[in-house]
Amino acid sequence: MPVQCSSCTKKRAVLKRPKTGHSLCKDCFFWAFEEEVHQTIVSARLFNRGETVGIGASGGKDSTVLAHVLKVLNERYDYGLKLLLLSVDEGITGYRDDSLETVKRNQQQYELPLKIVSYEELYGWTMDAIVKQVGLKNNCTFCGVFRRQALDRGAMMLKVDKICTGHNADDVAETVLMNVLRGDIARLRRCTAISTASEGEGAIPRCKPLKYTYEKEIVLYAYFKKLDYFSTECIYSPNAYRGHARTFLKDLESVRPSAIVDVIHSGETLSVKEGVKMPVQGTCSRCGYISSQALCKSCVLLEGLNRGLPRLGIGKHHRLHGKILAQQPLTQQEERKLKAIDF
Amino acid sequence: MCQVDEEYNGHLEKISLPTLSKKCVKCKDGTAVLIIRVGDAFCRDCFKEYFIHKFRAMLGKNRVIFPGEKVLLAVSGGPASSSMLSQVQEGLSRDAPKKLRFVPGIVFVDEGGACGLSVEERQRAIAQLESIFREKGFPYHVVHLEQVFSLPGSVLEAVSSAPEQPGSSYKAAVDQFIQNSRGEHGLMEPSVEDAESGFAQLSTQDPTYPTEHRLALERLLASVRTLTAKEDLLQTLRQHLILHTARVHGYTKVMMGDSCSRLAVKLLSSISLGRGASLATDTGFSDTRYGDVVIVRPMRDYSSKEIAFYNRMFNVPSVFIPGLDTKTPEKASIQRLTESFVTKLQADFPSTVSTIYRTSEKLHSARTPQSAITDLTSKCLLCMCAIDTNTEEASAFNAILVSERLSQSGLRETAPHTQAQALPTESPGQCCSSGGQGQGCGSGDCCSSAQSSVTPDLKGLLCYSCRLTIKDMTAVETLPQYIMTEAEKRQRRLRMKMEISEFLLDDEESGE
Ligand SMILES: [Zn+2]
Ligand SMILES: [Zn+2]
Ligand SMILES: [Zn+2]
Ligand SMILES: [Zn+2]
Repeated sequence: MPVQCSSCTKKRAVLKRPKTGHSLCKDCFFWAFEEEVHQTIVSARLFNRGETVGIGASGGKDSTVLAHVLKVLNERYDYGLKLLLLSVDEGITGYRDDSLETVKRNQQQYELPLKIVSYEELYGWTMDAIVKQVGLKNNCTFCGVFRRQALDRGAMMLKVDKICTGHNADDVAETVLMNVLRGDIARLRRCTAISTASEGEGAIPRCKPLKYTYEKEIVLYAYFKKLDYFSTECIYSPNAYRGHARTFLKDLESVRPSAIVDVIHSGETLSVKEGVKMPVQGTCSRCGYISSQALCKSCVLLEGLNRGLPRLGIGKHHRLHGKILAQQPLTQQEERKLKAIDF
Repeated sequence: MCQVDEEYNGHLEKISLPTLSKKCVKCKDGTAVLIIRVGDAFCRDCFKEYFIHKFRAMLGKNRVIFPGEKVLLAVSGGPASSSMLSQVQEGLSRDAPKKLRFVPGIVFVDEGGACGLSVEERQRAIAQLESIFREKGFPYHVVHLEQVFSLPGSVLEAVSSAPEQPGSSYKAAVDQFIQNSRGEHGLMEPSVEDAESGFAQLSTQDPTYPTEHRLALERLLASVRTLTAKEDLLQTLRQHLILHTARVHGYTKVMMGDSCSRLAVKLLSSISLGRGASLATDTGFSDTRYGDVVIVRPMRDYSSKEIAFYNRMFNVPSVFIPGLDTKTPEKASIQRLTESFVTKLQADFPSTVSTIYRTSEKLHSARTPQSAITDLTSKCLLCMCAIDTNTEEASAFNAILVSERLSQSGLRETAPHTQAQALPTESPGQCCSSGGQGQGCGSGDCCSSAQSSVTPDLKGLLCYSCRLTIKDMTAVETLPQYIMTEAEKRQRRLRMKMEISEFLLDDEESGE
């Protein structure tokens, strides 16, 4: 028996919205989906007319849908934004090759300028080369740290005012849960923010227009719009906490579909006691990027790679920062500790 | 997308069972019988000392229970609350100055009617508990869940307590107490008499409840579609019964036996249920949401493992009574799912519970504006926490309202591809459109039209999370009368406030 669309009450429904449970026809779903992103952009005042906005494009579903929707909304509502795609080439054979091809196709389809920044050009190291030195166990640390800066540096080259990323509601809810499991109160408080203001010189404001969009609806949207995306998770597994949080969130969603938004609501409304210490943000004395230490994470990692001491960036070796900055040699004992790495 | 955007590289602490050392780490003499934390092997005596000390230390540190104060112990029969009961007894039987100096009573809420227990099973459980309570010599109150159908509306009125200044007033109370006890020999004695007269009163009380209330409870539970909402509602009703019992008998504190393992689960399930704003109230040591009666959680430093060890070693009796989610599958409810998630994670990573628990200590309860004490409409009708739906425009709460509105017929204000600018701002605090149908409050005049209905719309009177619970109900009117009466009262007040809103000077800000 065909179900009628609950919105237009005329056409046949083709899907049941994971977020609200309503049955909608294709057009009404597209409209609701886009309108919701528009509402988010307007109510959170994410952009100002005339701004250049870099869309962090990985070729995956989230950023592909984000690029598409932003392009549509920019025209429909005349935001007056200059949109461009920003991609990072980590230098992972077989992973990025295909996804970058997708981004390049998106560039043509959406007629948006594209800038690809590679780890190799920024840091002198590809992820493949890093994996050779640090092994598979710790490479996510490198990848994550480098990627964050790579987007910023790419954005700076292109004189971008804001970066937006494809983080969706599931990602945000998952992060809330993960920070509770880790007891990371500072991140717990920050992680539901829809945008980060510019903190220091090295960082460009970032925002998440898909913050309230369910991952499942992103897939539905891409499916019905026949959007071309590259569906591969990073070949390196996410960290343990995130893995647990993700599984838990999926289970919560299956018990009560609103749980994703409910967790975000919790994150947005919880309040942290005054007097709980929050790390102070400063800048890296080598590259100027935001950092709570004398050296930013990526400079430490790079130093470790370049000196053949990969452990330098993995453990907590803050007291060595002074030595590194002053380009002093490390003691033999220090070297021994930093060299050993388990694969 | 790749989720390694953060620099999380702290490795999870893997379980590592230390080899059992032969000697107690504390007295270095006794034979170790158990290991509390990694490396802490205790002998029997030292464990007892440690356990007892922890209880006193928790009360001593927080200093909220005054000497001579009447304290109601909420005992469910489970290990944690039974252990709490034994700790109170222990503390009262000690010699001064280590003696606890409050006046205890016990409340047990019989929820058998909600959990599918037969009359005989319920009576058996109550009889078992009564024999434990009698042995303690404290007055006790057995309350049946069915009694929610005879609660007065006043339960939901938060009574403002005298302004508390922990340091000074506590000290004054102690001084007062010491003076009093010098005169009359041992102020504790009357409590024993109290206990006896209490028995007399209570044992003659008819233990049954009218059939109509039993049926009303059945109807209520049948109208709740999900176990998640059932558990939530049961928790709310239980709290109301305990609160009422405390008020009627003059108790000003209620002790709940939540262990740190329990609180970790509660914290995570509260987050999952959208109760972020009330986390500190739900899981902190003291919970002041009711105003005149303060809930305290003195067992919050104990893990369920420690409690189980103690109870077994020192023969603390507990009574197993099946609950709503006993023997339900893992994904039966959010609460149940969270419990099994935390338990499993704890088995692999022993720091899980303590990490989550520590999070709870860093949280703060959303501050209730000054006016909230007199203006009940700013507190949730059900859980009595501050209403958390007055969010910013860009918020999860508004996002879901937008989604619901956009997915429904007739509520679509603009056709696709038209130049609609920012949609009208939601004013969630005043939203009172029909509750059952889950309609958003899009048009500004909905509030005036939906008023005459027999069933008051509860949504506008509830916090985010209690809205979810009510949303899972098919017949809101099956809720006990005291809730419906109070809802109508608050709605009238809200409407009044709206009519005169333009003449009211906003005092919320100046109040802080
Ligand atoms: Zn339709
Ligand atoms: Zn740096
Ligand atoms: Zn010992
Ligand atoms: Zn509530």
